[in-house]
Amino acid sequence: MLRNTKTRYGWAAIVLHWLIALLFIGQFALGLAMIRVASQRTSFELIQLHKSFGFLLLGLVLIRIGWRLGNASPELPAEVGAMERRAAPAVHLALYAAQLAVPLSGWVLVSVSVLEIPSMPFNLFVMPHLPLGVSEQAETFWIFGHRWLAYAGMALVALHFLAALRHHFWLRDAVMARMISPSLGRRDLGPE
Amino acid sequence: MITRRLGLAAFLAVTSVVGSAWAVALSDAAGRYAISADGSAIRFAIGKVGGGGLNGAFGRFKGTIRIDGGDIGRSRVDLTIFPDSVGTGEGRVDAFLKSDAVFDTTNEQEIVFRSTSVTRTGENTAMITGRLTARGRTFTEKFQAELQSLNGRQIRFHVSGNVLRSRYQMDVGTPIYSNIVAFDMEFTGRRS
Repeated sequence: MLRNTKTRYGWAAIVLHWLIALLFIGQFALGLAMIRVASQRTSFELIQLHKSFGFLLLGLVLIRIGWRLGNASPELPAEVGAMERRAAPAVHLALYAAQLAVPLSGWVLVSVSVLEIPSMPFNLFVMPHLPLGVSEQAETFWIFGHRWLAYAGMALVALHFLAALRHHFWLRDAVMARMISPSLGRRDLGPE
Repeated sequence: MITRRLGLAAFLAVTSVVGSAWAVALSDAAGRYAISADGSAIRFAIGKVGGGGLNGAFGRFKGTIRIDGGDIGRSRVDLTIFPDSVGTGEGRVDAFLKSDAVFDTTNEQEIVFRSTSVTRTGENTAMITGRLTARGRTFTEKFQAELQSLNGRQIRFHVSGNVLRSRYQMDVGTPIYSNIVAFDMEFTGRRS
């Protein structure tokens, strides 16, 4: 099952979800590490890797948003309360916004940097800089912006993860399980 | 017609005088010269993908040029560059170049060139071959030298050549930045 149904996620949504989750969390860890390593050479190479994965993340997020818009969104189980029914889509929307904003702000950062270091994802091709003015002030601002958007994004990821754990271990429904495999939690979620 | 013939004769006379002046220049230049920082420059450029590149210069260096009047092939050039004097106009780039990523100036204070042969390639040009040592690695490199002026106790050369930085474990940033460092140097020597 590739496409979503009204009760379950298809494999495309599941694979994109976990790939993006892995990349988003990995990028956060890489971002912290690359500015802390003692070796300048290692730091430079990690920054280029961070940029490469950032562009990959941006591409996957755009595909995921397109997939989401072109597919059904599985509904929450009937037992879920009214407040969570309102909160869940808001958090999902904020997560999508963060997944877009964090790599985009990184792209802006490298575009306005006075160092003018080209971006070459995985050494395959040159990703052009955004047509923005280069300046020390803009670079300082976007270092700050990129960093705090990443922190905010990770806070949302933590919130999303805790909510998923609550569904799995406390409410014992299939909300988390259905993002692992389309075949998990069939009984809880009823017919497709 | 007579005017044209006179003009041509004058032109030929002038060019033959200039040509013979260069022809005697190298033998007249025999002697030992100390490279003077005043009137000398060691500039370098590294291209980057998408155009442009990194341009810089070394502020401190010393050396000697010994020209053998009888046999130009026995002439010698010795040059020592102090890499902690590197400058690009951008402090962060300078710090990066001095770090372990490139010159590692904490552990490597000198870049040394010792010529092994000088081959005359024209009236006022020569190919200088020698051993370049940087970061503990030594390779043979070639540079083209052109005599620019000789007056009294002072001699001026323009020297250019390309060096592969990967040979010296300075290839950080490739292929975003070219592996080739293009040197463009001016040396003023004072007879000692």
